[in-house]
Amino acid sequence: MSAQNSQQANINKTVKKLCLIVVGMVCFVAALVPLYDLFCEITGLNGKTGGPYTFDEAKAAPDRSRLIRVNFLTNTNEGMVWKFWPEKGAVRVNPGAANTVSFYVKNTTDRVMVGQAIPSVVPGAAAEFFHKTECFCFEQQILQPGEEMEMPMRFIVGHELPKNIRSINLSYALFDVTDSVTVAQTESALTVPAAGG
Amino acid sequence: MSEVIHADHHDDHDHGPEKGLLRWLYTTNHKDIGTLYLWFSFAMFLVGGVLALVIRAELFQPGLQFVEPEFFNQMTTNHGLIMVFGAIMPAFVGLANWLIPMQVGAPDMALPRMNNLSFWILPFAFGMMISTLFMEGGGPNFGWTFYAPLSTTYAPDSVTYFIFAVHLMGASSIMGSINIIATILNMRAPGMTLMKMPLFVWTWLITAYLLIAVMPVLAGAVTMMLFDIHFNTSFFNAAGGGDPVMFQHIFWFFGHPEVYIMILPAFGIVSHIIATFARKPLFGYSSMVYAVASIAFLSFIVWAHHMFTVGMPLAGQLFFMYSTMLIAVPTGVKVFNWIATMWRGSMTFETPMLFAIAFVVLFTMGGFSGLMLAITPVDYQYHDTYFVVAHFHYVLVPGALFSIIAAVYFWIPKWTGKMYNESLGKLHFWLSFIGVNITFFPQHFSGLAGMPRRIPDYALQFADFNMLSSIGAFIFGFSQLVFLYVLIHTIRSGKPAEGRAWEGAKGLEWTLPSPAPYHSFTHPPKVTDAEVQG
Repeated sequence: MSAQNSQQANINKTVKKLCLIVVGMVCFVAALVPLYDLFCEITGLNGKTGGPYTFDEAKAAPDRSRLIRVNFLTNTNEGMVWKFWPEKGAVRVNPGAANTVSFYVKNTTDRVMVGQAIPSVVPGAAAEFFHKTECFCFEQQILQPGEEMEMPMRFIVGHELPKNIRSINLSYALFDVTDSVTVAQTESALTVPAAGG
Repeated sequence: MSEVIHADHHDDHDHGPEKGLLRWLYTTNHKDIGTLYLWFSFAMFLVGGVLALVIRAELFQPGLQFVEPEFFNQMTTNHGLIMVFGAIMPAFVGLANWLIPMQVGAPDMALPRMNNLSFWILPFAFGMMISTLFMEGGGPNFGWTFYAPLSTTYAPDSVTYFIFAVHLMGASSIMGSINIIATILNMRAPGMTLMKMPLFVWTWLITAYLLIAVMPVLAGAVTMMLFDIHFNTSFFNAAGGGDPVMFQHIFWFFGHPEVYIMILPAFGIVSHIIATFARKPLFGYSSMVYAVASIAFLSFIVWAHHMFTVGMPLAGQLFFMYSTMLIAVPTGVKVFNWIATMWRGSMTFETPMLFAIAFVVLFTMGGFSGLMLAITPVDYQYHDTYFVVAHFHYVLVPGALFSIIAAVYFWIPKWTGKMYNESLGKLHFWLSFIGVNITFFPQHFSGLAGMPRRIPDYALQFADFNMLSSIGAFIFGFSQLVFLYVLIHTIRSGKPAEGRAWEGAKGLEWTLPSPAPYHSFTHPPKVTDAEVQG
């Protein structure tokens, strides 16, 4: 019967190892999400742009020899009724120089709404060289009924932008996130001022 | 070989099966559990088949005849889910339960109680999933691939039941796989070295590793969906900083190994059957093992070929295109080995052999259309068309399913001790073979002409191909009732089968009497060269 006991011990060992694989794969999935974001950030795949970029304008050294055309595209996601467009469809900029453009947005409904713009850059290879020092996409917009707004966006195209890229398309998709803003925020921020009339 | 009864044999199970229905609930016997798995998968096969016939009835003619588009989507989704997770996978696990202990000379599976649990989870999982079809708002309608945000933001309320059902199926598969690996690695009879193992055992060993590796990934994907739906996270929600494309990457990282999980055991089965009826040793045993291992490895690095059209840099497209095409090499090795095994063999064409040969021919066709889909630039044309539907049905129906049917015909004398009726078996084969080709072959053409998949209505120019397809589907569907009849007829009034039911059959299972005794190989058998496949 000792042969059977040692077989049972071997089985237990195998099962433990296999459970470790399962646990390992669960951790792997959990790690996939940050890894995916990191991968996209490093490679610029998916046209994801980074967060706020710090830039010292005094040290700006525009590269006058290159002119990059930056096209702006806007669209509203399904169910989002706001008006949303860029003031200028395109600008020509020098790499290394700071630029400011602005976007127009209007809440056309009679209720308070929250919007969130999500940027995307094409070609993807340009995404990591497209720096935004200030952007409405870094935060959510809360607009009162009928309210309209000019939203500024400051950006710099990095010197390191590959030579073969002559134009960059920056697209913003505007999402209606009114429902997913948490209840606490809803209560504090979305209070409609009492009707003045 | 006669059964030796030993005096010192005194565990609880030496008196044969318990009486009554509770036997099936409490059983820890690998043969009982194998039987449960096989009947369960047959039931799911019929349910999934009914859904398929609803789809084909609606597509018989252009326009909307029988069902609403919303319901049609539920039919395509549940047909896919039920066939993949409810019919094909449990059928292979059932075959593994029946055959692996007998083929390696073990008395039972390594973890009999867990074996019971991994089966009995399944009826609950599928009960839960199918019940959603009767709920307000309907069941899952987002395709079996459940891409976010279709399966999160736009999903019916019942999606939570679907998520938990998938969790249960995953748990069942992982437990089943752990059991199979533990059995194969630790309970082989002395002399049964790894490279002497029957190929069905080898293919299942590798499949089980695939399952253990990717089922947690699927569980992770549906858990993220659950959080997005109920806890306001944004894994797949662009508005919150998430990424819907990430869902597709995670899903297909599971999904591509999953499609090989459904075909590798089929390779093992067909290797047994072809060698038996060609009355020759299997050609290239070790290359078969290495081919399966390479296919399993490659399955982890090709996932993005399912999503060429989401936008991918050129380097990515090239990598996934070439790595996908590389899979044709080990697969080709297998196909040529099967042909070489048949070459100058004294072949006979009993029903299992017919299904096995049909497998080789039709699976190869499915493989070739897969190669066409692997070519990135043309995939833009084929993506999400009926060409894809034709491709994966060719590898899954006359591929995986035919191999399962072949296995049932091949081993049913061992299971029941009785021989099936050969004429009825051949009738079943020819009806299925003709039906399957009439159903799926025209779909290549409608797909190439641009007919999208998962639609309840279509442009008039596709009408003829669709009508053909529907006629074939009904032939194929109803011919499975012949199969059911053959099974019942065999169990009730089949002629007694010998221990070695087939003249050329090799393997330890054939050294047992037919039907195999409730407890077999309680003492390890001698492994002789005559019973070794390699």
